[in-house]
Amino acid sequence: MQYRRRILDISQKVTALHAAPAFSCVEITDVIYRGLMRPAPDGKGFSDAFLMSKGHGCMTQYAVLEALGILASEELDRYCTPQGILGAHPDRGNPGIEASTGSLGHGMGIAVGMAHAEKILRSGKRIFAVLSDGELQEGSSWEGAMMAANLHLDNLLAFVDLNDIGGLEKMSQSHTAFYPLREKFESFGWESAEVNGHDCAAMHQAVNARRGGRPYALLCKTVKGRGVEFMEHVPIWHYRSPSKEEYAAAIRDLREVSA
Amino acid sequence: MRNTFAKTFLEAAQKDARLCVVVADISPAGAMDQFRKEFPERFINTGVAEQIMIGMCAGMSMRGLKPFAYTIATFALYRPFEFIRDDLCYQDLPVTVVGIGGGVTYSTLGGTHHAMEDVAIASAIPNMRVIAPCDPEETRAATQWCVAQEEGPVYLRLGKAGEPLITQNAKPFAFGKVRLLREGRDVCILGYGPVLKLGMDAAVALEKRGISVAVASVHTLKPLDREGIVPLLASFPKVVVMEEMVPHGGLGNTVKALAWESGARCRIDCLSLQDEFIHSYGNHDEILRAHGISFDRVVQLVSA
Repeated sequence: MQYRRRILDISQKVTALHAAPAFSCVEITDVIYRGLMRPAPDGKGFSDAFLMSKGHGCMTQYAVLEALGILASEELDRYCTPQGILGAHPDRGNPGIEASTGSLGHGMGIAVGMAHAEKILRSGKRIFAVLSDGELQEGSSWEGAMMAANLHLDNLLAFVDLNDIGGLEKMSQSHTAFYPLREKFESFGWESAEVNGHDCAAMHQAVNARRGGRPYALLCKTVKGRGVEFMEHVPIWHYRSPSKEEYAAAIRDLREVSA
Repeated sequence: MRNTFAKTFLEAAQKDARLCVVVADISPAGAMDQFRKEFPERFINTGVAEQIMIGMCAGMSMRGLKPFAYTIATFALYRPFEFIRDDLCYQDLPVTVVGIGGGVTYSTLGGTHHAMEDVAIASAIPNMRVIAPCDPEETRAATQWCVAQEEGPVYLRLGKAGEPLITQNAKPFAFGKVRLLREGRDVCILGYGPVLKLGMDAAVALEKRGISVAVASVHTLKPLDREGIVPLLASFPKVVVMEEMVPHGGLGNTVKALAWESGARCRIDCLSLQDEFIHSYGNHDEILRAHGISFDRVVQLVSA
């Protein structure tokens, strides 16, 4: 899948695209949609639900939804224009979009509500949420984590994109008490595992190996800007779209990571 | 009002399996306790955690349930404000946020428990509807409307318990419509919430002095019934607006703006909480008096 190439192409039309945080969760998003979510019985879409809690990663979700035929290519071409429906954060009501995110620390709570609703409805449906490491600095994420375990929501699977880079600096250097993270989830009553977030097979395997009975956190170690060497680990690419010259260099440099 | 809400909600929830309550560590008294016993899965206590209370309501609503968030007004609205704005209002989800103890109901608990600005804050958010009933019967009707509606978010501002009935002689409640509680000719009192009882008492007292006072409950603050209010401003020489809310962003300012827009010639006096944290304790009436709201003050304003 040429997701990164697609995102780079679109980046030439807008100034703010969040390319690097989209690149860090390409494989995570791909393996959830194409490897883990179960299709709906009528073949249209999925019976499980996907929630992009790190709303600034939605460019990746758009590219995956386009590849799945859920989102029209013309809509991606009209990204962030008055003629289109897609913005730099997901908007509920657009094809394949469950919730309007963008403000961080909201996705966990919404996902917990969705997962508990499916329990009440006895649907057997699962909720997959993609969170950033940065948004786990929000207290609300942990209010949600606590409730998920209190409610025994084993149908909630949270994938945390551990790219280590916040808007300002490297969290591993600036907020050392944020770590260890896996132990935090475990002590909040979750089952967890840590894998390479660019290795689809490893993520798939980890999810299938879970014991179950509790909410599940998959801590995915990733590289922000992954795939374009000069973007990797560089905070400025959180917000920036590449210039014409940078775009050309990025295309030359691009390493798509296979699923 | 709290007990009437719970009883009305329970009756509705027995018929509609989608109705749920998410509370943040508030004791489920009376009918709410019965709801919890009958439907343990549909009663969720998040503990002292209001952001997840609202977030869960959003997620449950997205999957087809009809959740109500329920706690003390300050904690229902202020603490999780951005969650109400983004999760409920931005996404236009049919979730009712119930705020108990609107205004200074919790009169001995201090400013942390006084929802003095809630109507202004809730009204400022696009898609939010705001209802503040004045007595238990109006609470029953408003709750019945909330459990039935599927359009979008609602902030339901309630008092506490033991409010007297003042709507016995009124026509039925209709969402978004001003409700005349008492006919009159000389002065019209507009207000909402339990504080309207002072207006009714003043109207009865002034009738003996030959002043005929109408009283109307503006229970729906948003959307405001402009078509219902403008004729009142046109037909009464004097209007008194009373509300248990700070002076900014409430009914008083809006009624004055409506009068200007519609060219009404009536005199308008407003009675509200002060724009001030008053460090004073006592019963509800005593705290209202500290803010300048009392029976005597209403009589004085209406008869002046």
